[in-house]
Amino acid sequence: METVVKVDGVSKVFRLGDVGASTLTDDIRTFLNRLRGKSPEHMMKAETNDRTSGAGSSDYVWALKDVDFEVAKGEIVGLVGRNGAGKSTLLKILSRTTAPSSGEIRIKGKVASLLEVGTGFHPDLSGRDNIFLNGAILGMRKAEIRSKFDQIVEFAGVQRYIDTPVKRYSSGMYVRLAFAVAAHLDPDILIIDEVLAVGDAEFQAKCLGKMKDVSDQGRTVLFVSHNMGAVADLCTRAILLKHGSVFLDGPTDEVIRTYVEQNMKTGLSDDKVLQDATVRRGTGEVRYQHIEMLNSRGEACNEFYPGESVEIRMKAIALQDVSELQASIGLRSGRTRDFVTTTGRCIVSDKPVKQGSVLEFRFTFTNLPLRPGVFETYFWLGDTRMETAFDVVDNLLAPLVVRCPPEINSLLLAGYVDIPFTFERSR
Amino acid sequence: MQTDASKSNWSLVIRPRGGLFDLNLKDLWAYRDLLFLLVRRDIVTVYKQTLLGFFWFIIPPVLNALTYLIIFGLFAKVPTGATNIVLFYLIGVVGWSYFADCINRTATTFRSNASIFGKVYFPRLIVPISSVLSALVKFLVQFAFVLAVMVWYGFGDQAPDVQWQWIWLIPVLLLLMTFTGLAMGIIISSLTTKYRDLSNIVPFAVQFLMYATPVIYPAGFFPEQWQWIFDVNPLSPLMEMFRHILLGTDRFNFLHLAYSAGFSLVLLVIGMMLFTKTERNFMDTV
Repeated sequence: METVVKVDGVSKVFRLGDVGASTLTDDIRTFLNRLRGKSPEHMMKAETNDRTSGAGSSDYVWALKDVDFEVAKGEIVGLVGRNGAGKSTLLKILSRTTAPSSGEIRIKGKVASLLEVGTGFHPDLSGRDNIFLNGAILGMRKAEIRSKFDQIVEFAGVQRYIDTPVKRYSSGMYVRLAFAVAAHLDPDILIIDEVLAVGDAEFQAKCLGKMKDVSDQGRTVLFVSHNMGAVADLCTRAILLKHGSVFLDGPTDEVIRTYVEQNMKTGLSDDKVLQDATVRRGTGEVRYQHIEMLNSRGEACNEFYPGESVEIRMKAIALQDVSELQASIGLRSGRTRDFVTTTGRCIVSDKPVKQGSVLEFRFTFTNLPLRPGVFETYFWLGDTRMETAFDVVDNLLAPLVVRCPPEINSLLLAGYVDIPFTFERSR
Repeated sequence: MQTDASKSNWSLVIRPRGGLFDLNLKDLWAYRDLLFLLVRRDIVTVYKQTLLGFFWFIIPPVLNALTYLIIFGLFAKVPTGATNIVLFYLIGVVGWSYFADCINRTATTFRSNASIFGKVYFPRLIVPISSVLSALVKFLVQFAFVLAVMVWYGFGDQAPDVQWQWIWLIPVLLLLMTFTGLAMGIIISSLTTKYRDLSNIVPFAVQFLMYATPVIYPAGFFPEQWQWIFDVNPLSPLMEMFRHILLGTDRFNFLHLAYSAGFSLVLLVIGMMLFTKTERNFMDTV
């Protein structure tokens, strides 16, 4: 296959902290070094990018360090990695909004990214004017926009408002129009950053739908996401970035497995994630303290084959008195991150729970009726009578991964759930 | 960040910052439609939702000229050497406000467009160029108004003394004003992405520059020992000759104009260099 993107030793240095007088001294030093023919100061003292480790000795970090990979025409490549692994920086360099510190990227064909939706829209201009302006900003020629104009308007469904200033549009119309322009770019290489994509679930689903269309036409897609379900669904290959470098580049399921395994260290079995209440919804009267997934042999595990049994053990601590406590688990998957199933609310305690008491409970799925795939976890704790959620742990822990049994072709197991059925044929 | 189709068949090669003068005019040309759409946007949005519409291009310079006319012309009685002091102030104000517009509109290029620049690539130079072209459109409307006023006065004893033999110089003067304004604007814009101190001084600096240029008084208004200010100021010959051609006042000196032309071209080259150097990495520091 023909290579359309070739990333060659790309690195990017970032400065941490505020810009101030010390930056000026560094700049002067860099300038003097350059006069003497040395490499810039910050490139010599930059450190590996690991946001979780404490204060390093340098103000400069490598957001990307020697990243190499190639993408062939028609491939759909997922870029995965934790926050701060360098995914967005890589996309920014690819979309040319910032330059690499060293290295080189070669690209064949027109590049467009769906993170640009609505860029340059002017509130006082009409929908018509904004289509032209936005299209031109995204790199289309006037004639090209004119020829696609009717399609864009129809796709956005704003025919009646096309000569009204966009500031009078509802937010939904605004996003639809903006998306319609971007969707008609017809790029050879499409870049999607789901993390940055604005809008509601419906809009995100639309983005992903567009991505599917583009890839069906044999075009190349680079997809950045935290949604392992979508990556597993759409991508043929994935690249795992870690601390700014390529950690693994290979088939999607292998990369996802590695990503999940690595996150397990700080995820499921470690309670660190659960101690950080800032990333959670919920009122906080009761908090999950410990959640772990076990296989039938009682070992911590998050990978299963269809039909195995899965036990989820949890501990919750009451930080205040509550009158009752219920728990539920949901599993999400796919491009839209819809719930595949939920357990419904189960009563942990129907009597008042005193502050400081720790409750232990477990859910068991016997004969796991799920098809191979990646299922994000959703844990809920609350009080049904008051309709309040005390704690919601939504996709913070490692997902439940259902592996395809080696003897079965995964293509025969499309979908998410196994439903019992019988089949008869009349003679 | 440059399009390089010559090497093999890659359509795009992204590299760290290249040479100092990596202008990439081909890319600029490819985005010419965007240039005109941006100019159109700037023009159209000025009179959207106003009753007086296009008149808002003319009202500010008229009010400005009126202020100067009353304070400098009627109260301070500054000698202008003009048969028509209304035109003296009006031409001065219109000429200067074009130049000031070129600086002010381009001096914030990086900061005010950060949200667009952060999301999508297009040649950044398109933005300051479009700003300057919008300023030019505004100037042309004002200039048409000035011409109308000149025609109106043209039949009385206050008729402007138009220097017809030099009328062809006006586009040259305009071009030099544009270059100088654009150059200063993009230099300020480039220097203020990282250290914003400078941007706070810009309004004062532009105003100070106006008083150091023969705009609301002729060069002769300054005492002899201060004349060197007008001599070193590359904007003086532009403003003076502009008014000389239309009104017959002020000085007219080709050598001074040559100095001004050289100055503006050098400044423009420096500005472009700084700008192209800044555009590659400014998203990390803005």
